[in-house]
Amino acid sequence: MLSIKNLYVSIEGKEILKGINLEIKPGEIHAIMGPNGSGKSTLANVLAGKEEYEVTEGEITFMGEDLLEMAPEERALKGVFMSFQYPVEIPGVPMVNFLKTAVNELRKYRGEEELTAGEFLKLMREKKELVELDTQLTNRSVNEGFSGGEKKKNEIFQMALLEPKLSILDETDSGLDIDALKRVAHGVNALRNPENATIVVTHYQRLLEYIVPDFVHVLYQGKIVKSSGKELAFELEEKGYDWIKQENGL
Amino acid sequence: MSVVAEKADLSLKYTAHYNEVKEGLLEDSADILNAPRNQAFRDFVSQGIPTRKFENYKYTNLQPAFIPEYSFMHRREPVEVDLNNAFRCDVPQLDTHLAYIFNGWFYDRGSQVGNLPEGVILESIEKIAHEKPELLAKYATLAKTGDDPLVALNTAFAKDGYFLYVPKNTVLEKPIQLINFLQAEKDAFVTQRNFIYVEEGANVQVISCDHTLNLNTYLNNSVTEIFVGPNASFEFYTLQNQHNSTTNLNSVFISQSRDSKATTHYATLHGGLIRNNLKYILDGENAEANLFGMAFIDRKQHVDNFTQVVHAKPHCQSNQFYKNVLDDEATGAFAGRIHVVRDAQKTNAFQRNNNLLLTDKATMQTKPQLIIDADDVKCSHGATVGQIDEEALFYLRARGIEESKARLMMMNAFAYEVVQRINIEPLRNRINELVDKRLKGEVARCHDCAYNCDC
Amino acid sequence: MTDQDKILAEVTQSDYKYGFFTDIETEIIEKGLNEDVIRTIWEKKNEPDFMLDFRLDAYRKWQKMKMPNWAYLKVPPFDFQSISYYAAPKKKPKYQSLDEVDPELLETFKKLGIPLDEQKHLAGVAVDAVIDSVSVKTTFKEVLAEKGIIFCSFSEALQEHPELVRKYIGQSVPVADNFFAALNSAVFSDGSFCYIPKGVRCPMELSTYFRINAANTGQFERTLIVADDDSYVSYLEGCTAPMRDENQLHAAVVEIIALDRAEVKYSTVQNWYPGDKNGKGGVYNFVTKRGICRGESSKISWTQVETGSAITWKYPSCILLGDNSIGEFNSVAVTNNHQQADTGSKMIHIGKNTKSTIVSKGISAGKSDNSYRGLVKVMPGASNSRNFSQCDSLLLNDTCGAHTFPYIEVGNKSSIVEHEATTSKIGEDQIFYCNQRGIDTEKAIGMIVNGYAKEVLNKLPMEFAVEAQKLLQISLEGSVG
Repeated sequence: MLSIKNLYVSIEGKEILKGINLEIKPGEIHAIMGPNGSGKSTLANVLAGKEEYEVTEGEITFMGEDLLEMAPEERALKGVFMSFQYPVEIPGVPMVNFLKTAVNELRKYRGEEELTAGEFLKLMREKKELVELDTQLTNRSVNEGFSGGEKKKNEIFQMALLEPKLSILDETDSGLDIDALKRVAHGVNALRNPENATIVVTHYQRLLEYIVPDFVHVLYQGKIVKSSGKELAFELEEKGYDWIKQENGL
Repeated sequence: MSVVAEKADLSLKYTAHYNEVKEGLLEDSADILNAPRNQAFRDFVSQGIPTRKFENYKYTNLQPAFIPEYSFMHRREPVEVDLNNAFRCDVPQLDTHLAYIFNGWFYDRGSQVGNLPEGVILESIEKIAHEKPELLAKYATLAKTGDDPLVALNTAFAKDGYFLYVPKNTVLEKPIQLINFLQAEKDAFVTQRNFIYVEEGANVQVISCDHTLNLNTYLNNSVTEIFVGPNASFEFYTLQNQHNSTTNLNSVFISQSRDSKATTHYATLHGGLIRNNLKYILDGENAEANLFGMAFIDRKQHVDNFTQVVHAKPHCQSNQFYKNVLDDEATGAFAGRIHVVRDAQKTNAFQRNNNLLLTDKATMQTKPQLIIDADDVKCSHGATVGQIDEEALFYLRARGIEESKARLMMMNAFAYEVVQRINIEPLRNRINELVDKRLKGEVARCHDCAYNCDC
Repeated sequence: MTDQDKILAEVTQSDYKYGFFTDIETEIIEKGLNEDVIRTIWEKKNEPDFMLDFRLDAYRKWQKMKMPNWAYLKVPPFDFQSISYYAAPKKKPKYQSLDEVDPELLETFKKLGIPLDEQKHLAGVAVDAVIDSVSVKTTFKEVLAEKGIIFCSFSEALQEHPELVRKYIGQSVPVADNFFAALNSAVFSDGSFCYIPKGVRCPMELSTYFRINAANTGQFERTLIVADDDSYVSYLEGCTAPMRDENQLHAAVVEIIALDRAEVKYSTVQNWYPGDKNGKGGVYNFVTKRGICRGESSKISWTQVETGSAITWKYPSCILLGDNSIGEFNSVAVTNNHQQADTGSKMIHIGKNTKSTIVSKGISAGKSDNSYRGLVKVMPGASNSRNFSQCDSLLLNDTCGAHTFPYIEVGNKSSIVEHEATTSKIGEDQIFYCNQRGIDTEKAIGMIVNGYAKEVLNKLPMEFAVEAQKLLQISLEGSVG
C-alpha cells in the first residue's frame, strides 16, 4: 500500500530524515517510535504533504502512485489521513460545516452522491458514538476551545467519518489521560479492517498496549535503526532509548 | 489645469454654488435647520475639501470626488419609479418597519412602515423640523461643523433625511429598516441628514441599506446624529452596496447616556469610494459601545473606516472589531482612535483590526490609536495585515478539501467573526450568504436591482 | 546587597545628578543663524569644500521648511535666532595625551562617571566624548586602527578621511529630510565618525558621551557609522546636560549604513536634563536617527532608554533595502513631571524577506505625556516580509497620559504585519505583594518598572544596562503620592 524508499527530507536547509525505507501492506499496524527530535513528526507531515518540508531524495508511492506529486487534499481523497499532533484551531469555521464539506468532497471524488444535511447529521451521530465525542463540540468552530483530549478524540472522529485507507496517528497519545487514551484506541481498533493500514507515531509504549502493532520501527537521528515485532516496544520501554543508541554505536 | 488651480476652482465652485442656492435652502426649511447653515458653510470653506494632508484623511483624498459636475438634490423631486417594483431588499423573513430615502429625501409614499408602537415617530426630518422642532433641540450638537469639513458641508446643505424617535421604555419588536438609494437623471450630489433619539429604557434596532439604482456618478454626504438615553439599547446595521462610481461619505455620531448599550455594524460589500466616520461619546457611566465593521472590496474600490471612541465617563466599555478583505487593486484604510479622558477611570477599551490582502496590488493602511489620560484603565489595540493562516489551510486540505475551497472557507471564517455579532438572525444569515457570494466573486447585491448593472 | 539593591539604595535620594555646570572657557560665536554663520563654522572647522555646499544646501532648504507640528507635543515657540550655533571649549582639543586636557573637563567626565583613562581601558570601551558638539577626546584609537577601524570625531574624519565622509554623509538622512535634520546638516559642529572595514568585528564597544555645557547654545552633533561588508559593531551613546532654567535645543543626526551582511547595534541612554518638577528648563531633544540596511542580510538594531529631556521627538528608523535584512527597535521611554515624549520607530520594508521588530515600553508618571508613534511600511516588492510590533504603556497615576499612534501601510500580500498595544496601570496587587514582603512602594514600583522594561534592558550592553536601570529609578522618583 505504502512504500517509502531512501527518503531524505530537509526543513529550512536542515536535514531531518536521512534515508528512510518502509513498506506497509493493507491490514497492518506499524508503530514508529523514537526519542524527541528523531524525525517522527517530520515523517508524518511529509506523508500528509506539508509544504515546508523539502524532499531532497527518495520516493514514496501510495497504492502504486507517486505520493509526493500530490497536493495534500489529493492525498486525503485517495485515503491518507493524518491525526495531527497539534490540531489547529480555526475560529469562525463551524465544525459541522467543515466536516460536511470534507465528507462531500470525498463522496464527490468517489463519484457518489453528496449527502444532504439530514443524512450527514445522521452519519455524524453514528460516528460520534464511536469515540464518545461530546455532541456539543460539533457546534463549535473547528477545534476552538477544545481541551487536549477533545482535540484528539475529534481527530479520531474525523477518521471514522472519512474512512481512510492509511491513517497516520501523530503522537495521538500525548496529553491524554488513561480514559481518553482507551477511548481513542477503541476508536482506532474499531475502524481497523483488512483493507486499511495504520501508522502509529509515538514516543511511549503506552498507546501500543491498546493499539497493538504488527511492526515496531525505531527512528533515531533521521534513520530507522531497528525494526521488529511488537515485543520491541516493550523492550524499548524497559531499556530506554539509550539502549538503541548503544546498540547502534551512536 | 494645474492641481493648485483646480483646488482653488473647486472651493470657488462650491462657494458659488452655496451663494446661489442659499436663499432657496433657507426659504423652505425650518429655523432649526437654518440656524447653523451660514456658519457651517464658513467652516467648510475654512477647512476645505479633505486631502491626504489632513491627518484625519491621511489615507483618503476626497478632492477628485468633488470634481465632477453634479446636480444638487436640494429639492424634493417626484419619484418616477415604483420603488416597490424597482427594488426589493430581499432579506428573507426580515419583517421590518420599512421606509425609503430617495436621493437623501425621506419618501413617504410606498413605504411599509406598518404599525409602530405608540409614540414612536419615523418621519421626514424636514417635517419634524417644521412641526415639532422641540424634538430636534439637540440638532447639530454632536456633529460639530468646526471639526470636520464633510459635517460642515452637510449642515450647510441639510434639507431632509429621516428622523426616528423612540419614547421612554418602548421596545420595538421589529427592526426599523431604512433603504437609502440614489437614482438621478444626471450625476448627483446628495445630502442626507438623519437624527435618532432613543429615550431612557427604550430598545430599537435599525437597519440602513445604501444602494444605487443606475449608473450615474454619485456623491452622497450623509450625517446621522444619534442619542441613546439612560439604560437604552440601540443597534444600528449599515449595509453598503453601491456601484463603483459612487462616493459614499457617511458620518455617524452617537452619544450614550449611563447604562446604555449601543452597537454599530457596517458591512461594506460594494462601492467606489467609501468613507465611514463614526464617533462615539460615552457620556454616562457604565455605558457599552460596540463597533463592528467588515469590508470586502475589489477592483479599484476604496474603503476607509475612521472611528473615534471617547470615553468621557468612568466605568465604560468599548469594543471595536474591523475586518477587511482586499482583492485586485482595492485599497483599504482603518483609523481607530480610543480616547480616555482624564478621570474616566475603570475604562475597558478594546480594538482589533485584521486585514487580508489577496493580491500584491491591494494595499491596506491601518492606524489604530490610543490616547489615554486616566490610569486605571485596560486598553488594547491590535492590527494585522496578512494572509490566510497556512497551518489552518493545511489542516483543511489534509481533510480532502480542495485548496480554493479551503481558502474560501478560511475567508468566510475570517469574516464570520464579525458576521456572528449581528443579532438579527435573518439579517445575519443573509449577510453571511452575501459575504460568501462576494468572496466567490459572484456579484452580490442586497436587492434584485432592476437594472442588473455589473459595475 | 545585590547590585539591584545598591542601585535602588543609591537612587532613592538623588535628583538629576548630572545637573552640574563646568566652568570651562568656551568659545561661542554670536547668536543667530545666517549664511555667514555657516561659513564661519565651516572656516573655524577648516572643513573641505564639499562641506560648505552641503551646509549651505541644507540651510537654504531649512529656510523653506516649517517646524513639524504633527507630534503629540506642546512645543513652545522657539526662536532659532536666539541661540548660538557654535560653542567649543576654548583650548582647542588637539590632545596628544590626557595630561593636556583641561583639568576641569576631566573633572566633568569624572562626575559623569565616564573615566577617559585606565578605568575605561579595563572596561574595554572606546570612548569619544563630545562637549557642546565638539569632540574632546577619543580613546583607544590606536588599538582600533590596527584593525583598520576608524573611530574619531567628525571633524577629524573630515580632515583625514574626507572621501569616506563624502561618500556616505546624507545617505540615510538626506539634508532636507525634515526641519531638524536640515538644521543639523547646516550647522552641526562635531560628532563621531566610525568606519568598520570589510570582515572586521569591532573588538570592543564604541561609545560616545554627549554633554551640553554652555548656556544659550544649541547642540547639533552628527554621527555617521558605516559598517562595510561582513562587519560588526556595537555602539553606545550617552547624553547629559546641566540644569538650567532656560531650555536648550538639541538637534542631532545619526546615520548608519550597513552593507552586505554587516550588523550594527546602536544603544542610547538619553538623560538630558528633563527640567525641574514644575516643568521649568530642560532640553528640547529633536533627533533624527536612521539606519539603512543597504546590503543583503544586513542588520541594524536600535535600543534606547529615554529618561531625559523636557521634550523628546525621536524616531530611530530602519530602511530595509537589502534582501533578508533585519531591523530592530527596542525602547523604554520614561516621562515624569512635565516631560513630553513622542518617540517610536519607522521600519520601511523594501527588500525581499526583510524582517523587523518593534518593542516599545512607555512609562508615564507625574503630569507627563508619553506617546509612541511608529510607521511600518511594506512596499509592493518586499515579498515575504514580516513585522511584529509590541507597544505597551504603563501609567503610574491619573494625571499623566499614554498614547499610541502606529501607522501600518502594507502593499504586499505575502507579508505579515502584526501590531499589538496595551495600556494599563501599574498593578496594585503587585505593589501590595511587595509591600507585604516589606518592600516600600517606591522601591516596589522601581522593581516592577524594571521588570516591565526588562525585555528592552536586556538588549543593552552590560555596563549600559546597569546605568539604565538606575536612570529608570531616578526618573520615577516622587512619582507615587
